[in-house]
Amino acid sequence: MRLFDVIGPIMTGPSSSHTAGAAKIGLVTRAMLGGEPVKADILLHGSFAKTGRGHGTDRAIVAGLLGMLPDDPRIPDSFALAEQAGLAFSFTTGTLKNVHPNTAALSVENADGERLEVVASSLGGGRIQICRVDGIETGFSGGCNTLIVHNEDKPGCAALVTALLARFGLNIATMQLCRNFPGGYAVMVIECDQFIPADLAEELERADGVARVTRLNLDV
Amino acid sequence: MAIDSIAALVQEAERTALPLWEVILREDLKEGQGTREDSLRQMKRLWDAMKASGDAYRPQERSHSGLAGGDSAKVSAAMENGALYGGRFFQEVIVEALKVSECNACMKRIVAAPTAGSCGVLPAVLLPLLRRGEDEEALLRALYVAAGFGEVIASRASISGAEGGCQAEVGAASAMAAAALADLRGGSPAMCANACALALSNLMGLVCDPVAGLVEVPCIHRNVVGAVNALSCADMALAGVECRIPADEVIDAMAQVGAAMDDSLRETGAGGLAATPTGKAIAERLASES
Repeated sequence: MRLFDVIGPIMTGPSSSHTAGAAKIGLVTRAMLGGEPVKADILLHGSFAKTGRGHGTDRAIVAGLLGMLPDDPRIPDSFALAEQAGLAFSFTTGTLKNVHPNTAALSVENADGERLEVVASSLGGGRIQICRVDGIETGFSGGCNTLIVHNEDKPGCAALVTALLARFGLNIATMQLCRNFPGGYAVMVIECDQFIPADLAEELERADGVARVTRLNLDV
Repeated sequence: MAIDSIAALVQEAERTALPLWEVILREDLKEGQGTREDSLRQMKRLWDAMKASGDAYRPQERSHSGLAGGDSAKVSAAMENGALYGGRFFQEVIVEALKVSECNACMKRIVAAPTAGSCGVLPAVLLPLLRRGEDEEALLRALYVAAGFGEVIASRASISGAEGGCQAEVGAASAMAAAALADLRGGSPAMCANACALALSNLMGLVCDPVAGLVEVPCIHRNVVGAVNALSCADMALAGVECRIPADEVIDAMAQVGAAMDDSLRETGAGGLAATPTGKAIAERLASES
């Protein structure tokens, strides 16, 4: 905890967990998807499902998907803005297993037909955690520039990625390796201190065994 | 030294003869990579946002639930008619606390201080001072005192209603504001600590019982209590009144009281005012609408 966790963030009300955190979940999902989302199916769980509407959780998530930051004054109008931007969205409520009470599951698609599924929780004070990406357990905050590599679970993939990061001069802050089952499908989540360039992602995508690369770069 | 003890902050200020805000700023810089200039710039950005946090207020506007809105305008009108107790300054504090909290409920831009639910307390006491010509640099320094004391509360106890009840949100905001007010009138570091301790003592045990789980009832009106409590406690501390229990011990007690609170009284919307017949009826009406 630092001083600016106590005073701050600047945010659109009414709740740092149900509104600011929700907007951030949308924003991080958008960044990971890459490109403008055209379709989003969102499931709200727990307290998000129960009091989300009164807290504007639904509007905040859509606002984030449209690229708005948690302090954007247009958050209350995000449904109308989504229509203008060509984003079709739907909300349902339901129960997810073993997650924080403030959790949403998002299934999104961009104009190129690429899809992404994200489960994310709002932990309080506007902080979030990305719990699952395409069904694989993760645990990163979206508070750093993050590289996400979907790859086959086989030897050498991590070495390949870290070598490439070193060549581009990127320092690794944290690194997580997650997989669904041995030899199956794996996700590498790497938080970096520096901006993650598109060249790096493109080169990675061409590498053997890599299925998909997504980048999250923070503007602020 | 981590920012986790008010006594340590006060001792450090006394030992070095540095102002309290300077001690807090320096300690914070030790914990990260940012520069002093970054920190001052960020605090200015937060202060500017805080100053603007009531600007979008519209007297006719209501929150999504229909429960929040219009109260600041009512008090403001009564103030102009000379119908109220208290001096002009005191009345403006009430108007401001309601205004910023109602803006929060209506999805306007605010500064969480320390939380969105308690965002009205600090601007309520600081903005009327600004309008009376208080030096902005002094207000920024007071915000460091508020943030530093808030960090101690967060570290030893909590600033989350779900963990510690409303005492951890409006209580913490009030204690932070009281310390800031004592600092602004030239109070010593010990007086700031007393203002903080008194304010938190006075709101100890306050439960978090939001009707229908929304940051509206009773949160908005409790921001007023947090603000006027901060004023009284700063006044007492500046007059030399001492809290008989040291600030750190008050904070530790607040943590224990929060832990002892039933779940129904910690932001679940299941106890207190939320569990009254009217509170439940409101929750049912809102649930049937969604």
